[in-house]
Amino acid sequence: MSALARILWRDLALFLPGGRRGGTLLPLLFFLAVAMLYPFAVGPDAPLLARTGGGVIWVAALLAAILPLDRLVAPDLEQGFFDQWALRGISEETVIAVRVLAHWLSFGPPLMIAALPASALLGIDAAALRMVELGLLAGTPGLAAIGVTIAALTAGLRAGAALSGLLLIPLAVPLLIFGAGSLSTGGETGIALTAAISLVLAAIAPFAGAAAVRAVREG
Amino acid sequence: MQECRLSANDLACRRGDRLLFARVSLALAPGGALQVTGPNGVGKSSLIRILAGLARPFEGSVSRIGAIGLLDERPALDEHLPLDKALGFWRGIDEGPMGDHAEMLGLAGLLDVPVRYLSTGQRKRAAFARLLGQQAPVWLLDEPLNGLDTDAVGLIERLARDHCAAGGIAVIASHQPFRFDGLETLHLPDFAA
Repeated sequence: MSALARILWRDLALFLPGGRRGGTLLPLLFFLAVAMLYPFAVGPDAPLLARTGGGVIWVAALLAAILPLDRLVAPDLEQGFFDQWALRGISEETVIAVRVLAHWLSFGPPLMIAALPASALLGIDAAALRMVELGLLAGTPGLAAIGVTIAALTAGLRAGAALSGLLLIPLAVPLLIFGAGSLSTGGETGIALTAAISLVLAAIAPFAGAAAVRAVREG
Repeated sequence: MQECRLSANDLACRRGDRLLFARVSLALAPGGALQVTGPNGVGKSSLIRILAGLARPFEGSVSRIGAIGLLDERPALDEHLPLDKALGFWRGIDEGPMGDHAEMLGLAGLLDVPVRYLSTGQRKRAAFARLLGQQAPVWLLDEPLNGLDTDAVGLIERLARDHCAAGGIAVIASHQPFRFDGLETLHLPDFAA
C-alpha cells in the first residue's frame, strides 16, 4: 500500500462514524435536529413546509459543516504529524488533498442519506427531493474543501473553532445560492453551477491549506 | 547506511523581533555527532527545526544529504490507537524492514496499550521506535533524554553511539549531559546576538 493510501486510510478511520474524531455523527444529528425543529417552529402548514423545506435542508447542511472543523487539521499539527510527513517528502498539498477527499467521504454521502428522513419530516415531494440530493452531491465536495482550508487556516489560532464557523459562512454562500436556487428554478443549471464552484474550491483547497499549514509551522 | 552529510552556514534565527542566535556554522560528516547545549529558551529547538528544514533561518543556509529523522517532544503517534497500530502507521509509510525496535526499547509489553495511557518516558521510547524504523541516516534529536529513567538514558546513549558508528549523523539538543565519546559540543549561548 502506498503512503498516500495509508494516509487516506488513517484519515477515514479518524473521521468516519465510530472514528476517534467522530466528526460525522454529530453534524448528522445536528442536521436532522434542524429539520425536525423547523416544522415545530413554523407550525403544521404542509404547503409552506414543502415550499421552504429544500432551503432549510441546505441551511442545515451548511451549518452542520461547521461542526467538525476544529478536528480536521489542528490535532495533526499539534502532534507533529505534518512535520514527520514533510521530512519524508510527502508535501502538505498532498496531505491536504487526501484530507479533503476523506472529509467529503465521511460527510457528503452520510448527509445525502440523512436528507431522506429530513425531507420526510419537511414534507418535500419526490421531484424537489431529487433536486436536493443532486444539489448536495454537487455542493458537498465544495463544502468539504472550504472546511479543510479553513481548518488549516485557523489551526494555529487560540479561538480557531469560533472563528472558523464565521469564516465558512461567507465562503459557502455561492454554493447555497446556486444549490438552493436550483430548487425554485427547477433547472439543472443551478446544479451545474454548484458543481462548478465545488470544483474550483476543491482545486484551490490543497494549495491554500498547505500554505496555511506551512505558515503555522514556521510561525 | 546511505550517504549523508549535514552542514550549516552562518545561521541566524529570529523569534518575533528578537534575534536568538547568529553566525552558527557546523559541518557533520558520516559518523559525526554534535550536542547543542544551553539553557531553556536559547534557541536549541529552533536550531533543530532549521536544520530539519521545517523552519526557515533568518539568515544563512543549510545543506543536507540523506533522509532526516526528527525526534522532538511530539511523538506523532495517534493517541487513541494501541502502540503497535500507531507505530504500524509509520512502519507502513517508511516501508522499512520489520525490526524488533519495540522490544529493544522495552516496549514489548505495551504494544496493545493505547498511546494516551503511556507515561512521558514510555512515549519518548515509542517515538524512538518510530525514529529507528525510519532508518534515516541523519538524526536530529530535540531533548531526547527528557522524562527517561537512568536505564533508558543509557539505552538511548548507546543507540546514538551505534547509529554514528554505523556511519550516521546525530545532532542532539539537550541541556543534560550526554555520554558519548567524540561528541562535539556547540554551546549556543556563545552565539547569542
